[in-house]
Amino acid sequence: MTRLIFIAHDGEQISVEARDGDSVMRAALSNDVDGIVGECGGSMMCATCHCYVDEAWADAVGARADGEEDMLESATSEVKPSSRLSCQIRIRPDLDGLIIHLPESQT
Amino acid sequence: MTRVVIVGGGQGGFQLAASLRQEGHSGPIVLVSQEPDLPYQRPPLSKAYLKDGRAEGIELRPRSFFERNEIDVIAGETVVAIDRPRQTVLTQSGIAIAYDHLVIATGARNVTPPIPGLSGGNVFALRTAADADALRLALAAARRRPIVIGGGFIGLEFAAVAASSGHSVTVVEATERLMARAVSPAMSAYFRGFHEAMGVAWRLGDPVEEILRAADGSVSGARLRSGEIIAGDMILVAVGVRPNVELAESAGLRVSNGIVVDAQLLTDDPAISSLGDCAAFPDPITGVMTRLESVQAATDHARTIARRLTGKAEPYSALPWFWSDQGAWKLQIAGLAGDGDDQLAVEAGEGRKLVFRFAEGRLRALETLNAAAEHMAARHLLKSPGGVTMDELAEMRYDIVALAKSRKARAA
Repeated sequence: MTRLIFIAHDGEQISVEARDGDSVMRAALSNDVDGIVGECGGSMMCATCHCYVDEAWADAVGARADGEEDMLESATSEVKPSSRLSCQIRIRPDLDGLIIHLPESQT
Repeated sequence: MTRVVIVGGGQGGFQLAASLRQEGHSGPIVLVSQEPDLPYQRPPLSKAYLKDGRAEGIELRPRSFFERNEIDVIAGETVVAIDRPRQTVLTQSGIAIAYDHLVIATGARNVTPPIPGLSGGNVFALRTAADADALRLALAAARRRPIVIGGGFIGLEFAAVAASSGHSVTVVEATERLMARAVSPAMSAYFRGFHEAMGVAWRLGDPVEEILRAADGSVSGARLRSGEIIAGDMILVAVGVRPNVELAESAGLRVSNGIVVDAQLLTDDPAISSLGDCAAFPDPITGVMTRLESVQAATDHARTIARRLTGKAEPYSALPWFWSDQGAWKLQIAGLAGDGDDQLAVEAGEGRKLVFRFAEGRLRALETLNAAAEHMAARHLLKSPGGVTMDELAEMRYDIVALAKSRKARAA
């Protein structure tokens, strides 16, 4: 298990224990984290699992997946350089402590 | 406080409950579901879940979400009647649930064609998690020879999973091409090629007339209309669905290829709405009564109803989109084409293909293969007022991404 920290738009912090191999989207949904919708279930067909990766973690998390940038265009909240679709971030042990910021709105 | 009762625990029913709370609805919400437990996602049933069987991987939200949001889920129950004068629904086990507003989200059920020999063992369908579990168990044995009846999304997604696990799959499709209801002839042909490369065998335009069984009752194959006999040891029936309209119909609501609703997703009864696979609604662009079987329609319908019930009514205006994952191939469809619409196939680069669908010189839909940028550009353009014409696209040499960008630049 790997620890993830979600920081909501209003500043609330939620720490969850996530299963390696799962996506960050799945970890958020399974742990009842508000702020991630994941309407298409992680098929990269919507942008309702939009999140911002904390600056300190940008390198560790890595670059956007093929096609991810295009889907992000339909995100409701502002798209920043740190924007990712959380369904495309796989959890692995070296991401222990990963900080994910949640956008104001997904729809 | 308005009490909202939702009949149907699929993705649309769930989304309505969630959106109602998000939009500030403070009254009771009751979700009645035939499924044994909490609502889950169906799209992965023919994809990831068919392979891994992880229930946590398809759950929409954990139990704590429903508790926290005071969404009362009554699972394992079937609503059998609506008493409109008393604004009450009755369940099979005799529970009466009063409503101020009722939302019928009963979805669709799989069609079972009248083929002799179909009743009996080794015959599968795919609609519920339990169906997927049964199929996974059947595929746990080595070198099965599944015969898939029906070459639509579900049949082909199953074929891709089964073929990739070393099984010998034959897909039998009654019409002349694959996914005929959903995609252009050009896209059908691409997918035929991909599946052939994965080792899937085809019979097109030659429907199954009989399932053949050995003396012990097990499936031994299928006889087709042409007389050809195909060997096989299990059958997946995937020939489409029918909307679950009987509950609405017996309550006297109008039904015509789905429960008839207006642009607000409201039935003729101002206390009853309907959404998703079971609802026939006016297409926002053409006005033609339409019924869609998709996550997009179910969730966007749900949001429209949730906003109306919380005092923010606006007509349904979402653009349809669909997807299918088959092996390494991701099909995305933006918009909704008609049967007779023109097709124009364009190669967008290595392994990336586009098929434009036009009617009367206007783009109606774009089918893309492994081309997300083009798909998103089409969604933006099709949603824009007036849409996009064939001439505009031709002028840009069908570079729809560039066209979307130039439009945005002009608007800015």
